[in-house]
Amino acid sequence: MTLLSIRDLTVHHGQLRAVDGLSLDLAEGEVLAIIGANGAGKSTLLRALAGLNPPTSGSVHLKGRDITRFPAYMRVSEGIALVPEGRRLFSSLTVEENLLTGAYRRRPGPWSLARVYELFPWMADRRRQRAAQLSGGEQQSVAIGRALLSNPDLLLIDELSLGLAPVIVGRIYQVLPDIVATGATALIVEQDVSQALRVADRVHCLLEGRSVLHGRPQDLTAEQVEQAYFGIGAETAGKGRD
Amino acid sequence: MGWLNAVVQGLLLGGLYALFATGLSLMFGVMRIVNLAHGDLAVVASFLALALVSGTGLPLWVVLVVTVPLFAVLGYLTQRALLQRSLSAGPLATLLVTFGLSIVLQNVLLEIFSADTRTLDGGSFATGSFELNGTISVGYLSLTTFLLACLALTGIQLFLSRTGLGRMLRASSDDRETANLVGADSRHVYGIATAIAFATVALAGLMFAIRSSFDPAIGPSRLIFAFEAVVIGGLGSLWGTLLGGVVLGVTQSVGAQIDPALTLLAGHLVFLAVLAFRPQGLLAGRTT
Repeated sequence: MTLLSIRDLTVHHGQLRAVDGLSLDLAEGEVLAIIGANGAGKSTLLRALAGLNPPTSGSVHLKGRDITRFPAYMRVSEGIALVPEGRRLFSSLTVEENLLTGAYRRRPGPWSLARVYELFPWMADRRRQRAAQLSGGEQQSVAIGRALLSNPDLLLIDELSLGLAPVIVGRIYQVLPDIVATGATALIVEQDVSQALRVADRVHCLLEGRSVLHGRPQDLTAEQVEQAYFGIGAETAGKGRD
Repeated sequence: MGWLNAVVQGLLLGGLYALFATGLSLMFGVMRIVNLAHGDLAVVASFLALALVSGTGLPLWVVLVVTVPLFAVLGYLTQRALLQRSLSAGPLATLLVTFGLSIVLQNVLLEIFSADTRTLDGGSFATGSFELNGTISVGYLSLTTFLLACLALTGIQLFLSRTGLGRMLRASSDDRETANLVGADSRHVYGIATAIAFATVALAGLMFAIRSSFDPAIGPSRLIFAFEAVVIGGLGSLWGTLLGGVVLGVTQSVGAQIDPALTLLAGHLVFLAVLAFRPQGLLAGRTT
């Protein structure tokens, strides 16, 4: 069943048309990765889905409901949570307080503080520390835990690997199957293409705000991805199979 | 009146300054609004209480119980109807709005109550005192004010640290956009912050009114005490604000002990010294 349906979505980032007439569908329980070079519009797309950047035109439907004009806080109640680029933890709050802010809307679902501590066992011991004292990888885990506590149907993750060592990134991505197993759907934006291809069921490659290649990772060749990523040979654009 | 007595009186006065400054600190901490009408709001509360007492004949404590929640509601509405609009236009717009509000309030008070200096009669409670070991005498009013201030600050601290909404207030202060992402409606969160600020300023205004005389134009000169308490204590920390208020109160009181004309000057000098040598305040921290 379709969870998220985006139609002809155009979003401006200042003067720039960052997302340009994009359409895509996301089925329940699936992991979709969006890849693309810097400035391809990936983060703007996620911010628009979370309600931080209002779209210029087009529509976004979640479970058949039009949420195009909903502000960010209402989308949390509807079941969307964003793990923002750069983690964005509340620096004066402790680890546990940061996690609890995610539960502010009290949306019912499988995730609780105890469940998040099960997912990241180190967190329970350090719950009274200020979030600012954690390492980058630990902060990223807290940001994911915070998003999970809102019990989202759709989890948006923006640039999880940014500024982290590959081994840490791999370790964090290991929990993604557990998260999806609880019934959440994930839309991830990732600059690390090989990482994205490894964890995703489907991939969209963005170039200048448009989807130029999409398909399942095993159906795409490295050459196709490379060409779409850098925008070489526009004739291959859109040839991927869904 | 010995030196020790001066310190004790200053300490008690400091509680009132802290209570008065809390709202200013909270509004700046959460919304980055510098509320220039803060002092005038306290004066409005004073006049409202005066009108209630003389108009209805209700006892003072009932007026107090009515005025404080009324101001909380007023604060919420002011935020939603007036300040929220100006927030999107940048920090200068909010500064101008609160400055305008200050002038409007002063003139409305002048229009209704005339320029006469008034006092709120607290009866024997306001003038009574008890002796501590012969040299120190503690006024019932001063002590009550101090205890109320501590109670209010503790209550706010508990609200901020223990409740989901309080946590969201602190989160909004750290990063508004991310607070929206986890489900905070900024307008509501800001409304709550302003409601708390208005309630505390009303309580402080009533205490000032029982303690000393007031007139419609006295707001801005009261406001400076709030600014000084906040800056001395350190911005964004409730306990810092209490410390700042106490330091200011003790300095003024000890200054007055040397020479009554020194009262205000001594406070201002300590304020300037803190700005010059420890601009982050005595307790630099961010708990609000």
